Amino acid sequence: MLLKAENLQKQFDNTEVLKSISLEVNEGEVVAIIGPSGSGKSTLLRCLTQLEKIDQGRIEVCGKLMVDTYGGTGYADHKLLHEIVLEVGLVFQNFNLFPHYSVLRNIVDAQVKVLGINKQDAEEKAMSLLGKMNLSDRAKAYPCELSGGQQQRVAIARALALNPRILFFDEPTSALDPELTGEILKVIRSLAEERMTMVIVTHEMAFARDVADRVVFMDGGVIVEEGTPEEVFGNTVNQRTKDFLQRFNQS
Amino acid sequence: MKIDNVPLDVLIPNMLAATGTALEIFFLTILFSVPLGFLVALGRRSKLTVISFPLRIYQLIFRGTPLMLQLIFFMYGPYYIFGFTLDRFAACIAAFTINYAAYFGEIFRGGIASIPKGQYEAAKVLGYNKFQTFLRIIMPQVVKSVIPAVGNELMTLVKDTSLAQVISVVELFRVASAAGSKYFSTVPIIVAAVFYLIMNTVVEITFKQVEKKFDYYKN
Repeated sequence: MLLKAENLQKQFDNTEVLKSISLEVNEGEVVAIIGPSGSGKSTLLRCLTQLEKIDQGRIEVCGKLMVDTYGGTGYADHKLLHEIVLEVGLVFQNFNLFPHYSVLRNIVDAQVKVLGINKQDAEEKAMSLLGKMNLSDRAKAYPCELSGGQQQRVAIARALALNPRILFFDEPTSALDPELTGEILKVIRSLAEERMTMVIVTHEMAFARDVADRVVFMDGGVIVEEGTPEEVFGNTVNQRTKDFLQRFNQS
Repeated sequence: MKIDNVPLDVLIPNMLAATGTALEIFFLTILFSVPLGFLVALGRRSKLTVISFPLRIYQLIFRGTPLMLQLIFFMYGPYYIFGFTLDRFAACIAAFTINYAAYFGEIFRGGIASIPKGQYEAAKVLGYNKFQTFLRIIMPQVVKSVIPAVGNELMTLVKDTSLAQVISVVELFRVASAAGSKYFSTVPIIVAAVFYLIMNTVVEITFKQVEKKFDYYKN
C-alpha cells in the first residue's frame, strides 16, 4: 500500500472541511476523486501533499509515517517530511510553472538542486520526458509562450522528473479550454497504462469512469461512496451520488 | 566665457565637482538602503508583531516626515541624545539611507506579496527548502516586479540629493545657489537643472534597459 490515510479531520475557521476521511491507495492504482465544489476534495489532496496540515488523523506514505495525531506523535520531523514530499508529485489546476525559467529549466532545476543529480543527466531526463509529452521542440520556450495544455504537460513532466511514487492531480483540466482538456487526459491515460500510481481530483466524469480503477465520491467533507467505476457510475444505490451524477449529466 | 555675467569656465568645473558629491550620496544611499529596505520588507512580513509593528512605525515616521527635517535631525540630534556629533557627510548618508530604506521596504514588500501562493506551493511539493524557494523561485520574480517602482524611487533620489545642502554638504544645488547669489543670476540654477536632468536621463535609460532585459518572460 502506497498511501494510507485514516480519519483525517481538517477545519478552516471553525468550518469542518474534512470530517473523518480515510483513503487507501495501492501501488499501480488510479483513484479518481469526484464530488461537488466545496466537498473537500482539493483540501484532501493538499493535506496528503503537505500543503495543508491536518488537525486529526494519520497519514502514511510509502511506508513512512507523515503524521499521527492519535499516537500522540503528531507530524514527523523535518527530514522525514522532506523525504515523504519527494515520494509524491502534485499537478496543480493552474500549473504553477516557474515563469522565469525556461521549460527545460523548470524540469531540470529541482532535479539538480533538490535531488543533487548532475546537470547533464537531469537534462537528458527532462528531454526524454518532454519527448513523452510531445513537447521536445518547446524546451527553450518560456511558460508564457505556451498554451495552457502545453503548460500543464510541462508541469506533469516537472513532477515526473523527480520519480515520485504517487502522482496527485488537482483538477488538472479545470483551467483549460475544452479542446485542450483532451491532450492532458491522454497523457494521464498513458501514465495509467504504465501503472503509475495516481490520485486524480476531477470533474471529468467520463474520464474518471474510463481511466480510474476506483472512484471516490466526496460530499460535505466525507466520503459518501467508494467503488469501481461501474459501481459508482453504473448502479449506485446512494441517493447523494445519484443526485450529483444526475445534476452533472444535465449540465 | 560669460553668460549674464556668470563666468561659466569657473562655474562649470565647480559644479562638476559638486555633482561628484551628489553622485556619492546617490550611490552610497542605494548601496545601503536597498539591502536595508529588503530586510525591512522581510520584517514587515513577519507574523511576529514585535518585529512587524515597530518596522511599520519606523516606516510611517520616515515616510511621513520631510527628508530635510530628518537630515537636520541626524546632523544635530545625536549631540543632544548621545553627546556626540556625526561627521557631516556621514549624517547625510545615514539620513538618506534610513529614509530610502523605509520606501524600498514598502516597494519590496509589495513585490514579494505579488508573487502567487502557487509558486511557493509548487516549490514545496518539488522539495525545495524555504531558502531555495525564496532565492531561486521568488526573488527573481520580485526583482522583475519592483523594477519600475525602484526606477521611480531612484529618480526621486537624484533630485533629493539637493536636500543635503540644509546640513551644509557641498553638493550641486548648494554650489549653484551660492553662485546664483554671488553673480546675481539664475543661470547657475538653470545649469544645475540641466545637470540633474542629465543624471536622471541616465537613470531612466538604465531602467528601461533593465526592464527590457526582464522582458523575456511574463508572470
